Amino acid sequence: MAKTLTRSGTSSGLGVDAAVARQLLGDMLLIRRFEEKAAEAYALGKIGGFLHLYIGEEAVAVGTTSMLRPDDYAISAYREHGHCLAKGSDPKRVMAELFGRRDGLSKGKGGSMHLFDKGTNFLGGHAIVGAHLPIAVGVGFAIKYRGGDQVIVCYFGDGAVPEGEFHEAMNLAALWKLPVLFLCENNRYAMGTSTDRALAQTEIWKFAETYGVPGERVDGMDVLAIRDAVGRAVARARTEKTPSLIEADTYRFRGHSMRDPAGAVYRTREEVEREKLRDPIVLFREKVVSAGVLSEADARAVEKDVNDRIDEAVAYADASPEPPGEWLFTDIYKES
Amino acid sequence: MAVMTYRDALNMALREEMRRDGRVFLIGEEIGLYDGAYKVTQGLLKEFGPQRVVDTPIAESGFTGVGIGAAMVGLRPVVEMMTFNFALLALDQIVNSAAKMCYMSGGQFNVPIVIRGPGGPAAQLAAQHSQSMETYFYHVPGLKVVRPTTPMDAKGLLKAAIRDDNPVIFIESETLYHVKGEVPEDPEFLIPLGKALVRREGTDVTVIAYMGMMYRAMEAAEDLEKEGISVELVDPRTLRPMDTETIINSVRKTHRCVVVEAGAGFAGMGSEIGAFVTEQAFDDLDAPVERVTGANAPMPYARNLEKLKTPSKDRIVAAIRRVCNVNGS
Repeated sequence: MAKTLTRSGTSSGLGVDAAVARQLLGDMLLIRRFEEKAAEAYALGKIGGFLHLYIGEEAVAVGTTSMLRPDDYAISAYREHGHCLAKGSDPKRVMAELFGRRDGLSKGKGGSMHLFDKGTNFLGGHAIVGAHLPIAVGVGFAIKYRGGDQVIVCYFGDGAVPEGEFHEAMNLAALWKLPVLFLCENNRYAMGTSTDRALAQTEIWKFAETYGVPGERVDGMDVLAIRDAVGRAVARARTEKTPSLIEADTYRFRGHSMRDPAGAVYRTREEVEREKLRDPIVLFREKVVSAGVLSEADARAVEKDVNDRIDEAVAYADASPEPPGEWLFTDIYKES
Repeated sequence: MAVMTYRDALNMALREEMRRDGRVFLIGEEIGLYDGAYKVTQGLLKEFGPQRVVDTPIAESGFTGVGIGAAMVGLRPVVEMMTFNFALLALDQIVNSAAKMCYMSGGQFNVPIVIRGPGGPAAQLAAQHSQSMETYFYHVPGLKVVRPTTPMDAKGLLKAAIRDDNPVIFIESETLYHVKGEVPEDPEFLIPLGKALVRREGTDVTVIAYMGMMYRAMEAAEDLEKEGISVELVDPRTLRPMDTETIINSVRKTHRCVVVEAGAGFAGMGSEIGAFVTEQAFDDLDAPVERVTGANAPMPYARNLEKLKTPSKDRIVAAIRRVCNVNGS
């Protein structure tokens, strides 16, 4: 993962060649299978606390990351397994973190909601809604301060939009012209509150206009459409230091967290079933196979490879020891 | 040594650290074009330019978050709170983001940020602008909290805070900005965080105080000297991590302890100091630890009420007499 995938001429008309298609499919599947296994492990008591699954939204993280360079940054909220994996973290160490083990990315001290990976420039894993948006602006500030051409992608949900920090962050990034891509994953529900119960303006991308930055809405279930939109925003950020706001229209197939497994109180079963017809992985697989970019055998090979990697990740997490007791008191401060 | 105001000592510390390290930048409200609401950053925009002296709109949570993000990827921000009362708007960023980043990332991302500005009682600024804010921060693992009493400390501690790899809450005082004192001009003059200072040696009682209360306790000590009571004054300087050793050693010598703090006393600094002194030096104490604290009331505006809110010299003197079992003359 985390390779830069650019458009390449193909005869398929999809704008992706076999290598890119394989990567996009594999990355989305990796997140899907990772989380299915995480849900099983949660049921077995191997994962505790809150576990917020991203299932259904994989195209956003994968399409976005495929347009980034490895030295670009990404930051997210608490539904971030997919963003972290897409950015290139080792699934073994992510799973070990969920299991609360010493080989986890954060030594088992962070858990599902606090994944960080310095090696991939993944900056967390933030579980107070809205709080990481100003932090993303700070990273954009640092990039500009040093004269670099990196960008930071800041993923957040529709639930962060009514928070003051969304507006403070948008204002500051626009005011100071910083290379921040605000990527709103609008899955229509902040926990159980639908956007029309939370927002006076439910077309979130329109807030871009308020702050004088480019904004657009994109089908969050179409990995190729996301690549197009993100590609434009990243180019602007790199060359013009302009922030952008992208609203990805997506949907989570599972509940808010494992404690809301059905998610049926605030939305209908029919709605969930209808949205599952937009499954980004199924749609992309059909598209690339029917266009002849990948053969059925290619797609199966990708699936097999992903399944093997996830099995390895679970075995690794299971085998990793618990963090030693003395680690309770390490990393409170960085020792100079 | 040069004699200068507390304000100028802070300015000197900022200037020296910005000259020394290009990663250090200042961010906050009115710090540049306006030269600082309290003029601590005076002249720095002129010397370092708008890239490193960044004026912000009124958005405390936003610009504190900006500092945290910049610190995560290697810069060294100094965030000014025009007054620390406004830091409550950024409390989530400070407590949940800055303080915990290193821990919850398993040590991968530390946050070398200083958040500084004036706090504590000020002159007739009433309930929202005149309060001791350190209590909101020193409870939090991962933060360091500094309260510098003198111009020398202001310089040495601020420089150490900027060079520290962790988030430091650095609370100054409106009422001390004009105070003058000797300050070393050496750009490498640093005072390590976490070290208390015995400001006055004595044998009968240990009085622990900082900021304006230290000056008041000093007056009390001088008055009591005339009565034959020898007061040792200890200034913690850093409230977290606290130099308990210096305090305990002093109490073991004097066998009596009084803590003076400007803030409301309930669950205040005196509670914590009283607790660890009792736990660690109970057998050395000849009297219960006394607390002299601000009244458990918001800060009133009226001059007479305001005076009643904050510990007076007389109250400090009375507490010292009580622990020494000496009746007033």
